[in-house]
Amino acid sequence: MIIETVFTPTSAATGGALIGMATVMLMALRGNVLGATGILAGFMNPSSSADWAWRAAILAGMVSGPALYAMITGSMPAIDVPVTVPMMIFGGFLVGIGVTYGSGCTSGHGVCGMARFSRRSIAATATFMATTAITVFVVRHGAGG
Amino acid sequence: MHLLWIYVTGLIFGLGISVSGMANPAKVINFFDFAGAWDGSLVMVMISAFVVTAIGYRLVFRKAAPIFEPKFQVPTSRVIDARLLGGSALFGVGWGISGFCPGASIPALGTGNGQVLIFTGSLLAGIFTARWLMRVTAKRRQMAAI
Repeated sequence: MIIETVFTPTSAATGGALIGMATVMLMALRGNVLGATGILAGFMNPSSSADWAWRAAILAGMVSGPALYAMITGSMPAIDVPVTVPMMIFGGFLVGIGVTYGSGCTSGHGVCGMARFSRRSIAATATFMATTAITVFVVRHGAGG
Repeated sequence: MHLLWIYVTGLIFGLGISVSGMANPAKVINFFDFAGAWDGSLVMVMISAFVVTAIGYRLVFRKAAPIFEPKFQVPTSRVIDARLLGGSALFGVGWGISGFCPGASIPALGTGNGQVLIFTGSLLAGIFTARWLMRVTAKRRQMAAI
């Protein structure tokens, strides 16, 4: 299943700048990297009640993002899903296993780690970008696709 | 007051994900579909986030400590091993199949979309499964050492 989308460089760059801004703010405020995997993992398994509280606060803020977007633009951000429910379940499960063993995802390795020029994060990011591209190719253009 | 600032940080992140198109699996998968319906938007998101963060981090690290905590807690591991690369490779496969990554799915929960809920539920199941596997293998290694 393919849903065509258009190239939106301005909103993409604006959104990216906001993501970067939030990432810098968390470092300035608390000294933590803004990795979604790490924040979520620590939220479910906090080291103290103060540790849980800041994670709960940032997650609550993240979830409120689309509502603020709707207030500004008048509509919720588009979510077009070209994927079946079983594929979504399988994909989500693989992401969960992968980010736990890989200690991070697009935000943790791809933004925070790359911005610190961490070789570990550069290796992780190059790896997942490559396997994502291969997977999309196989799913869309592989046998029968 | 501290938590309010952290909430605002999350809000800006969630707004950024919403504006960028990262919360839209169709756009994300199309970015990786070089042989088909290619949409280059994602590269703009990553470049922009990278530039802002790289410059911002440099300014922040000039200070001795963050505002609300005694010290910075930056990951210190420099190990590039099979666990890092294997995990990252698996994450990519899941990202390519679903079109969602954790940082995009958490804000996307705020839209009330059912598919996001399904993805995030599976994501949590995967995280718990991996942790359990790690505990089991660590225990086995301990037993073997004795």
